[in-house]
Amino acid sequence: MAKIIVDDIELDVPPEYTLLQACEAAGAEIPRFCFHERLSIAGNCRMCLVEVKGGPPKPTASCAMNVRDLRPGPNGEPPVVLTKSPMVKKAREGVMEFLLINHPLDCPICDQGGECDLQDQAMAYGVDTSRYIENKRAVEDKYIGPLIKTSMTRCIQCTRCVRFTTEVAGVAELGAIGRGEDMEITTYLEAAMSSELQGNVADLCPVGALTQRPYAFHARPWELVKTESIDVMDAVGSNIRVDTRGREVMRVLPRLNEDVNEEWISDKTRYIWDGLKTQRLDRPYVRVGGRLKPASWPEAFAAIAAKMKGVPGNRIGGLVGDLASVEEAFALKSLLSALGSANIDCRQDGTKLDPALGRASYLFNPTIAGIEQADALLIIGADPRREASVLNARIRKRWLAGNFPIGLVGEHVDLTYPYDYLGAGADTLTDLVGDGTFATTLKNAQRPLVLIGQGALSRPDGAAVLALAARLAVSVGAVKDGWDGFGVLHTAAARVGALDVGAVPGEGGLDAVAMTNPGGVDVLFALGADEIDIAPGAFVVYLGTHGDRGAHRADVILPGAAYTEKSGTYVNTEGRAQLANRAAFPPGEAREDWAVLRALSDVLGQRLPFDNLSELRVKLYAAFPHLARLDHVEPAGQAAIVALAGLGGTPERAPFRAAVTEFYLTNPIARASAVMAECSALAHSRLAAAAE
Amino acid sequence: MSVRRLAPKEVQPESFVFTDENLAWAEKTIAKYPPGRQASAVIPLLMRAQEQAGGWVSEPAMRYVGDMLGMAPIRVYEIATFYTQFQLQPVGRKAHVQVCGTTPCMLMGAGELMKVCKKRINAEPFHLSADGDFSWEEVECAGTCTNAPMIQVWKDVYEDLTPEDLEKILDAFERGEKPTPGPQNGRKSCEPVTGLRVLTSPELYDGSMVGAGAGLALAREAIAARENGEAAPSAPPAAAAAAAPPPPPKGDPAPAKPPPAKAVEAAGEADSEKPKKPVAPPPGTKAD
Repeated sequence: MAKIIVDDIELDVPPEYTLLQACEAAGAEIPRFCFHERLSIAGNCRMCLVEVKGGPPKPTASCAMNVRDLRPGPNGEPPVVLTKSPMVKKAREGVMEFLLINHPLDCPICDQGGECDLQDQAMAYGVDTSRYIENKRAVEDKYIGPLIKTSMTRCIQCTRCVRFTTEVAGVAELGAIGRGEDMEITTYLEAAMSSELQGNVADLCPVGALTQRPYAFHARPWELVKTESIDVMDAVGSNIRVDTRGREVMRVLPRLNEDVNEEWISDKTRYIWDGLKTQRLDRPYVRVGGRLKPASWPEAFAAIAAKMKGVPGNRIGGLVGDLASVEEAFALKSLLSALGSANIDCRQDGTKLDPALGRASYLFNPTIAGIEQADALLIIGADPRREASVLNARIRKRWLAGNFPIGLVGEHVDLTYPYDYLGAGADTLTDLVGDGTFATTLKNAQRPLVLIGQGALSRPDGAAVLALAARLAVSVGAVKDGWDGFGVLHTAAARVGALDVGAVPGEGGLDAVAMTNPGGVDVLFALGADEIDIAPGAFVVYLGTHGDRGAHRADVILPGAAYTEKSGTYVNTEGRAQLANRAAFPPGEAREDWAVLRALSDVLGQRLPFDNLSELRVKLYAAFPHLARLDHVEPAGQAAIVALAGLGGTPERAPFRAAVTEFYLTNPIARASAVMAECSALAHSRLAAAAE
Repeated sequence: MSVRRLAPKEVQPESFVFTDENLAWAEKTIAKYPPGRQASAVIPLLMRAQEQAGGWVSEPAMRYVGDMLGMAPIRVYEIATFYTQFQLQPVGRKAHVQVCGTTPCMLMGAGELMKVCKKRINAEPFHLSADGDFSWEEVECAGTCTNAPMIQVWKDVYEDLTPEDLEKILDAFERGEKPTPGPQNGRKSCEPVTGLRVLTSPELYDGSMVGAGAGLALAREAIAARENGEAAPSAPPAAAAAAAPPPPPKGDPAPAKPPPAKAVEAAGEADSEKPKKPVAPPPGTKAD
């Protein structure tokens, strides 16, 4: 530890701290534009100047100088940093004046207005007049894709966006061309960016140079009601803030959670919101004579009740979709049990995960933050970049730190970091269990991590592959005291929660495939199940939000609430239960899903034992206590993985296929979004161009 | 300096590849850098690409160099736009005239040279002449300030120019000749225009003084003379002793010889001593 005096406060800080960190530790606020905790240090905005005694006799950029670089005084006094001295104030005012020389005064028409770092800091360090009488610089706006709008005249060249795309997103697409006053931020030949994390550059931009294109001129930050919630676009469970105006979701922003998403979110998470407004189911429908006709709630319920009359319990089934909250899955399971059915499944993709094998067998046990502790990684049948972009950024972060060998079995994909391509299918995995150089690498590692994706599990031999992967994990020492390196990467936000509440076939029950096959069941409750084809024959009651695949197949449609319109628990891939909050109301006559199921149960004569969400949660928490411990990962233990490793089974030779092929179109909300459609089209044209 | 952009698509070539010779050279250049640091070779490679392509860097050339070094194209683009030595637009086929416009050249008449360029080539820098053979630009100091004003064409500099000289040089380029580079007013490299005034003794150059140490002896004499004139009467022997090279009595360390460091110090002091302290004990004696 090094001693340092910041504004008369003496404190001990690690010597590798920057002055900026030391000042913050002392409670002093340092203005900054280019510095960002998660990016490399650039030191080019000069806003963080402080006065240092024991360093160079001039204002020092505090973000770029370490505490260890300061000299003690002649008698060994600790170095002194002043953050509020007249010299500092003058220096920062000078910097601000220079920044404002070329910054347009267009705050009234700038989307960043009200949440602009430059605006805020100009209040503290700006002067009310300008001494600059020459012409201001003007910069041509650049096209960098459908998600980010540019107003490059506003750019103060902090290069945060360049550093983010290069370091965190891992695609060197943005760059600063030219020099001096003529420096401009652009992509090569103004091509659209290809990263699935690019929306974050709008958050990083301290001014209004990069703003969110779909949100352009829609709202002002002070008009918006901010609701903290959880994202459901993938199984990472990114923490988000949903900004609404009235009933409308205006935008989605990330929320800081070091354990999950740090402060990044994927583009799908961020730009999905226009999909919440289109294709919505806002009233019940009943199929009459082959056509869906609008109906009232009582009519819809009556149609279901009429159909259900005389159907035995084992001919009734339920599917839990990928966006369903734990409460709904629990309510549907309760309803089906009450109706005497064990036919329920949440695994639309046919993945062979089973809660009967123990909770550890389907969780990402090392936890997302734990990736940074790992020192070797094997990816099996997953494309984390598309299945869990933010998690992939975490892997990349670990890789950037060095000494992180990565191997991949499955499809050859660009993950933004290099890896050893080991093979395509289970054969390679079998070889690895036996021997192989990468197995040695894993064995030599202190904390090897085995990541298995749905691409390897959602196939008929998934159980054998899972057992094989577990065997590999155990044999290389990934599962031992103090380290649990076996992780299942999910793609569906609802999956872990539904598995937790046991939304899988009970004794003698049918699974998703059996239920949806011809002659599977007579009545099928599809709770937002859009990723599965249901064979003709069954009477399908679809409870969901969008007029998507599931609704087209439905005989009765019950309109539900999307994830921003209800309070619901979601358990992410690591088993972390998090509570999503209601930011808006469902459209029209749509209602929260649990309430629809409760009302339906009454009509069916099997009234569920709860009248409100709190009562439901009491029942839920009584049955599954770990769900009550929100934001907390309940360690699942290692016995399940060891047991899993003991299971046999011979996997087939077929290569693993990626679980997510269309990153921008994985769920009904995304498929209803025009922005996602545009991104998808762009990705396709990029693929086509690359294939040429 | 102004905003630098890539040349429009119409003038960009279809593709770019190094010639075999340049490719071999490029591989050697890349090999100079440690593994994983190949990107360090980007500037020499871009320069070579520019030379090969007739003086400018095209977009395919940037991509080619980027691919060769495993760099994202935007990184090469950043470098090519940062350094003004890389031309992003086609330049004159026969000559791209770079007129130095930094202070010494400007004082010595670079403005006149630019007038010639504007008249003969194009009113605007970076624009081709009507026949496409010439282009010009104003550059920062090219390092021959003693021979100002100057221009650079390709790798040669033409110095001590008058507007007439420049016209002649341009004429020569126009005829496809290569004018003689260097000063155009007859002087040799950067020797004084008025002829040499120092170091003129012929024996300096005939080798007769090699090892004679005449210069050193002269300097000592001068110092001693000054000491004689300025210091106290007792000083001369001491100063002379101090300034004299330590006697080389091998195997006889006993004599009270001043330590070399002190001697040097004394000599230095004697050198810088002004007539201020005639009564002070001479440094030489103190040293003893």
